[in-house]
Amino acid sequence: MAGLTGRMSTVVKAKVSKLLDRAEDPAETLDYSYQKQVEQLQNVKKGIADVVTAKKRLQMQESTLQQSVVKLDTQARQALSAGQEDLARAALERKNVAQTELQGLDTQVAELEDQQQKLTDSEQKLRAKIEAFRTKKEVIKAQYSAAEAQVRISEAATGVGEQMADVGLAMQRAVDKTENMKARADAVSELEAAGTFEDITQLGGGEDDIDRQLKQLSSQPAVDSELEKMKSELGQPAAAPQIAASADAGEAPPAAPEEAQPSESGGQA
Amino acid sequence: MIVRISGEGQYRLADSDAQRLNELENGVVAIVEGGAEDGFGNAFGALLDYVRAHGTVLGDDELETSDVIIPPADISFEEASREFTGEGLIPD
Repeated sequence: MAGLTGRMSTVVKAKVSKLLDRAEDPAETLDYSYQKQVEQLQNVKKGIADVVTAKKRLQMQESTLQQSVVKLDTQARQALSAGQEDLARAALERKNVAQTELQGLDTQVAELEDQQQKLTDSEQKLRAKIEAFRTKKEVIKAQYSAAEAQVRISEAATGVGEQMADVGLAMQRAVDKTENMKARADAVSELEAAGTFEDITQLGGGEDDIDRQLKQLSSQPAVDSELEKMKSELGQPAAAPQIAASADAGEAPPAAPEEAQPSESGGQA
Repeated sequence: MIVRISGEGQYRLADSDAQRLNELENGVVAIVEGGAEDGFGNAFGALLDYVRAHGTVLGDDELETSDVIIPPADISFEEASREFTGEGLIPD
């Protein structure tokens, strides 16, 4: 046979064969194999529905985060106008974290969209093959002797089985991906549940544990530059160490932002 | 020769295409075994393009078993590395 001898296609073929072996022996069960195919088609549909559910969940989180980003931005602006730079910085840190999460979610939603489309295409192809099998089975039964029909139908069933196995692999990949995404979605949910993206004005003066963690999560250079930008938009002098912020909570360190920030911020997540 | 691109569909190719396919596939595996992602996308893309360009798509009513199955087009370098290097699924 003119097959490839390369390792890649061999590995993939072996996987599919393994899935096929697990299926019913089609020769034993001519009509039953069709019934079985229809059943498995239902599983494929259910798998697609799971992908859609996962996608919707991520999309809901996206819209919550988008609202938080807008809110935190407004609050940072308000805090800065009121001369509360620490509070503004805290709000921007949270906004930065929310934005980073949002970007991650965007990518994931797009990936799931893609998976969903592919699975839907595969499902349609599988459905067509099962239908072709049904027709073929009847024709073969009418035209050949029982023993001959057995052989021919089981060959056709293997063709359907391969399509089935291929959809099965695609489904498995989609499930693996959604599992990974679930982990991320859960992490975002935890941040939300902890009130991370809630009303920043409810923060007291002191820095709590969440704030320290957020500082590590957010990109400080991005926060610095956004703070400066916001200041200039509000017509405040950039990076001036001490302005009329005496009404502030007090313990603001006199150090200029640049020297206080270590430049690397990644690492822990 | 029937070639399936996993997650995409089946193609019918001339038996004489096998040699070129083999070369293309070995090229991909060599990159994966080298461990550096550079060139992986191009090499794998060339393999897929060859199948798509030289093959004719099998109709949905054709119930054939594939002689060759190629991984899905969106396989990542990491996934490929897990599957096709070291012992792989089938040690040789």
